[in-house]
This record gives sequence, C-alpha cells and structure tokens, in this order.
Amino acid sequence: MRNKVILLLSEIRSEFDFNQEVDFIESGMLDSFDIVSLVTSLDEEFGISINGTDILPDNFCTIDAIIQLLSKYNI
Amino acid sequence: MRLFFKNKKITSVLSILPENVVLFEDEMENYNFSVNQSLKLKSVMGYNKKRVVTDGVTSSDLCILGLEYLFKEGVINKAEIDAIVFVSQSPDYIMPPTSNVIQGKLQLKDDIICLDINQGCAGYIVGLIQSFMLLEQSAINKVVLLNADVLSPKVSKKDRNSNPLIGDGASVTIVEKASDESNIYCSIKMNGVGAFSLHIPAGGAKMPTSEETAILIEDSHGNLRSKNHLVMKGDEVFNFVQAEVPGIINDVLEYSKLHKDEVDYYLFHQPNKFMLSKLADKIGVDRAKMPANIVENFGNASGATIPINITFNIADKIKESSLKVCFSGFGVGLTWGAVIMDLNKNTYIQTINYN
Repeated sequence: MRNKVILLLSEIRSEFDFNQEVDFIESGMLDSFDIVSLVTSLDEEFGISINGTDILPDNFCTIDAIIQLLSKYNI
Repeated sequence: MRLFFKNKKITSVLSILPENVVLFEDEMENYNFSVNQSLKLKSVMGYNKKRVVTDGVTSSDLCILGLEYLFKEGVINKAEIDAIVFVSQSPDYIMPPTSNVIQGKLQLKDDIICLDINQGCAGYIVGLIQSFMLLEQSAINKVVLLNADVLSPKVSKKDRNSNPLIGDGASVTIVEKASDESNIYCSIKMNGVGAFSLHIPAGGAKMPTSEETAILIEDSHGNLRSKNHLVMKGDEVFNFVQAEVPGIINDVLEYSKLHKDEVDYYLFHQPNKFMLSKLADKIGVDRAKMPANIVENFGNASGATIPINITFNIADKIKESSLKVCFSGFGVGLTWGAVIMDLNKNTYIQTINYN
C-alpha cells in the first residue's frame, strides 16, 4: 500500500522523493491541484470515490495521512 | 430558505455563445506549471476549450443578439415583455442598469420593470426565483430572464486557478404564467462570511482602479494577477461546494417529496468536471443524469452555465417528453440554491453564436 501510494505521488510530482518524513503540503511538494490529481489517481487505482469533504490538506500531507484516509474506504 | 411557486413555467431557453474558441493548450505556457502537470490538470478538471468574446463585446451585446433572434423567430414579441431581469457580475456600466440599456436599445415599451441583479454562479437560481416572484403580480405575464457574463477580461492570463476555466456567454430564458398546476420547489441559502472566496478586489468604491491596482503580483503558487483581476480561492470554494451543495439538494428533494431517482436531470452550474463528479457521487446520482460537459466545451460562463447546460444537453430530449429537472447553482456570495420544476415537452431550446 505504502509503495503504491508513493508510486502514484511520484507520477504526479516526479521531481520529489516522497519517502521523506516531511509535510508534503508545507514543504511545497504538493499543491491543491496535485491533491486533485492524486484523488483521481487513488479513486481509479482502488475503485473508490473519495468524498469531497475528505479532500483536505491534512489528509494528504504525509504517506501515513493518506493511508489513514484510504482506511476509511476499507482499503 | 424554502420557496414555493405554482402556475409558472419556462417556455424558452436560448444560449448565446461567442464564436471565438480558445484552447487550453493555447494558454498552457502562461502558467507556472510543467507541461506534464498542465496536461494532468486538463484531464482531471475537464479543461479543453472555451468560448470568449473578442475585444469590446459586452454582456448586453450578447443579450441583445439573443432577444433580436427570438423576435425574428416569433418566439416572443416586444409588447409581451413585462419585465427584464438581468443577472450578471459584468454589467456594461456601474450606472445605468444594463437592463435599462437593453430595454432602450430594443425600444421596448415603458410599461415594464427592469432589474439588474449582481450574482454569479448561482445567478440562474436567483434569477428564476426573482422572475417567479414578479409573476405573482397580475400586471406581469412574461418575464425575460437574462444571464450574461463576460469575465474573460477580468481574469489574468497567468492565473492557472481561474483562466483555464473562465468562459463568456449569455442566455435568455422566458418565464411566464401557466394555467397548469405543476409545482416549483426552491431552496436557497447565502453566507456573506465567505464573500471574499471569490472576488475582484479593485473597481468598486472600496478600491477604485488605479495604476497601482493594475500591477501584476505573484502569489505563493506562482500565479500572476493584479487587484483588477478575479481572485478565486479554489480550496475554499471546493470545500464550500462539497460541504453545502449536497445538503441543499437533499432539502429541495425532501420539500418536493420526490425521490432522487424521480428527477430526470440534475442540471448544475459547472465549475469543473472533478467538482461535478464528486458532487454526483456524494448526492448518489448517476453521473449520466448530471451532465459535466460544459466546461470542456465552452468554459464556465458563471450564471449562464445552467442554461448552456440545458441547451447543450436536453435540447433533443425535450422534443420527446416533459422532464422533471433539478437546477443547482453555487458560488459567489457565497450563494447556493436549487430548483425542482418541470420543463414541458417542446419547450423552445436553442443555441446561437455571437460573431
């Protein structure tokens, strides 16, 4: 799961290393458009539809946050 | 706020679209984005092509062409128009009202009421409600609702938050008294606390335009815009729409005592494809019932997107049968609302180009 999420992130912003323990939003690695792209990728990859009200920076700022969000959708 | 109306109907919807087409790729190099990111954005948001006016064309020009077309087609005649409701964020002047300018240029009768309403993405909902209220008067039998916005000159070409999606367009909707008993259910809410999520800082009394307000300034995402330009805080708008719109749809459905499957079409304002898809999933509506193809074909023309949605997506279907529709608009203000009503078989629905 972790590797799959990192792969999807790398496809969106290939210039960054998403294995780092940093806040992706605060560090400028992801902006709001990247989050939209990531949501679309996660929806397609896992066959889900992430709720619009879950599309908040806090849910995409680290790999752990993204995995925790996916767990809400039984992934 | 819930509102209810009877004995009123929409008899005609005409969209007026500038003939000039701008492709997303034409402007891609303006944005502080890699080509790869831009193309991903295009795919996810549904950006493709948009209609924008050429220099000097204003909202009233589009509306006048539309009305002259309807006169020529015999859809309505001048003497029948008892009221003009002009809804726009891009009026021709601060004063006089653009609705009066249109009345004068078309030489309509003076036994008429002309109203300008400053509204944006929810402008079709607000305009319909105003039209229905006018029709409660015995003196008023037909209202011409004009939704028009020419916002492309107010958007920075170097602002990837706004420029890819903003298009220009207008519509003429004829709303009139009806003898049938069909019910019209409306639900609308407003919250001015969020008024500056979508705004143009300069140009009004609080900040008149000047050389200083025309200076381009770079934001934290690399967008360049001046204080004369539209500012859209995309995150705030997205969160507002996802948090509030499903509730207003559920409210109007409950008010009308209809199950969501009994509505034939959900014809919504269209900021972008991603937002619409998420809304459809949240409300639990089949995406086929909620067309999301306006931004990719025409751009987002603010209050005119719902009528453009009507003319682009159901012009053929209305020839076969009457349809139960749910309109919803949401945005500037902040304002969000919905209307459930019938569109009768053979309602006049047409699109024309402005060149």
